[in-house]
Amino acid sequence: MTKSTRQPRTKILINSGMALSNVLEIPTSGFNFENVARNVALEGLLEGGQTKTPKPMKTGTTIAGLVCKEGVVLGADTRATSGEVVADKMCAKIHYISPNIYCCGAGTAADTEKTTDLLSSNLTIFSMNSGRNPRVVMAVNILQDMLFRYRGQIGASLILGGVDCSGNHLYTVGPYGSIDNVPYLAMGSGDLAALGILEDRFKPNMEMEEAKELVRDAIHSGIMSDLGSGNNIDICVITKQGVDYIRPYQESEYKDKRQKRYKYGPGTTSILTEKIVPLELEVVQETVQQMDTA
Amino acid sequence: MEIDFMDSQIKGVSTGTTILAVTFNGGVIIGSDSRASIGGYYVSSKTINKLIQVHDRIFCCIAGSLADAQAVTKAAKFQISFHSIQMESPPLVKAAASVLKELCYNNKEELQAGFITAGWDRKKGPQVYTVALGGMLLSQPFTIGGSGSTYIYGYADAKYKPDMSREECLQFATNALALAMGRDNVSGGVAHLVVITEEGVEHVVIPGDKLPKFHDE
Repeated sequence: MTKSTRQPRTKILINSGMALSNVLEIPTSGFNFENVARNVALEGLLEGGQTKTPKPMKTGTTIAGLVCKEGVVLGADTRATSGEVVADKMCAKIHYISPNIYCCGAGTAADTEKTTDLLSSNLTIFSMNSGRNPRVVMAVNILQDMLFRYRGQIGASLILGGVDCSGNHLYTVGPYGSIDNVPYLAMGSGDLAALGILEDRFKPNMEMEEAKELVRDAIHSGIMSDLGSGNNIDICVITKQGVDYIRPYQESEYKDKRQKRYKYGPGTTSILTEKIVPLELEVVQETVQQMDTA
Repeated sequence: MEIDFMDSQIKGVSTGTTILAVTFNGGVIIGSDSRASIGGYYVSSKTINKLIQVHDRIFCCIAGSLADAQAVTKAAKFQISFHSIQMESPPLVKAAASVLKELCYNNKEELQAGFITAGWDRKKGPQVYTVALGGMLLSQPFTIGGSGSTYIYGYADAKYKPDMSREECLQFATNALALAMGRDNVSGGVAHLVVITEEGVEHVVIPGDKLPKFHDE
């Protein structure tokens, strides 16, 4: 295998995106690096490079999903970390895509959030235009095209699950744009721990309660064995009848109790002096625009 | 689990793999293993599908970066379909292979994926084409590819005979896959085989424990 030095090119491989007549967004080709210049300027401004820009919030995470007899069960923990600090203790990692499709996201929190938002908006427009509920495989194809186009720069590992007219589906989408259709799955930093539980107890066509317990146990195992996962467990159950988004399905037993009240009513801080300075404003220009209420 | 991608040449999921295609009297057999790995030490899927149908009687099997290969075959499927509709006849296997070759060659800096295209058409019957990493297109009576193929070059060269029967060819392909999967750590899982003839397409799946065993197993 020859190892070639890869120079980024603006040529695109495929015309990715959806049929133009049905959706609002027309994806542009190539990369969009407008924010790089802004970030460099910001970093320079912050005390001559002494202060570092905050690290992107990652969801070091455990997410899992499985296909059971009546539908699809998705589960996730609720911890979002930024470096060594837990940035969000009740982060929602199961994102809404459409009434019959939900998506768990691992990786950079912003990337998973925005990618799933974008997908959800576009699928809504599509279903309004075509009058049909989107299929899971369509959502997967759109995600694949988008993530491949960004060549792994979007750090989103996603588990897509949903029920449509062709059955119950569970797909994994990797950050480089690879997809796989699977009956059970775990992703994120705690995936190995969760996968152990799933590999041991998964059976095809499980009953709903058993399936929910298995996903809970898998996420719990991820929480216990992985530093990046923790706090509560969310479960989302998708069936032909509808969606049951249980948040939280189980609260962490290590929830801390606040020692004091941190709310301070008005009057806590006494006012020592008061000085009122009127602002002299000069009217430079005044325009009146009639509103057309016809 | 922070996976370090740096030590692997392929970023993301790769199909470190064994793929092959062999012509026989009246058809062609295309086969692969089913393992997808990350970094050479984590099996991300035991049951990945590497045999992709690009037209009624044309299949292609993928090696290299899974994301790149899936994107290329998606584009190729569309182009071959369109070509076939314009020509109002099933595409030639050579046409399908050329489509893949164009995509690989023109984007060779960004892509890391290789393919074996095999199928049957009315003009030349059963054919096998290999499209290598940089976009080389070659027609051969049989071909092997992927990381596991290095272990079976000797076996393939010694045991291949032109004009085999369907059963002989099936046995040859199964043995070759089993030998490669036995020695290559990034090939494994089940053996997928597809038999393509004028009459139709038949899938044969051989689970790991039913594969032929050799002297030290």
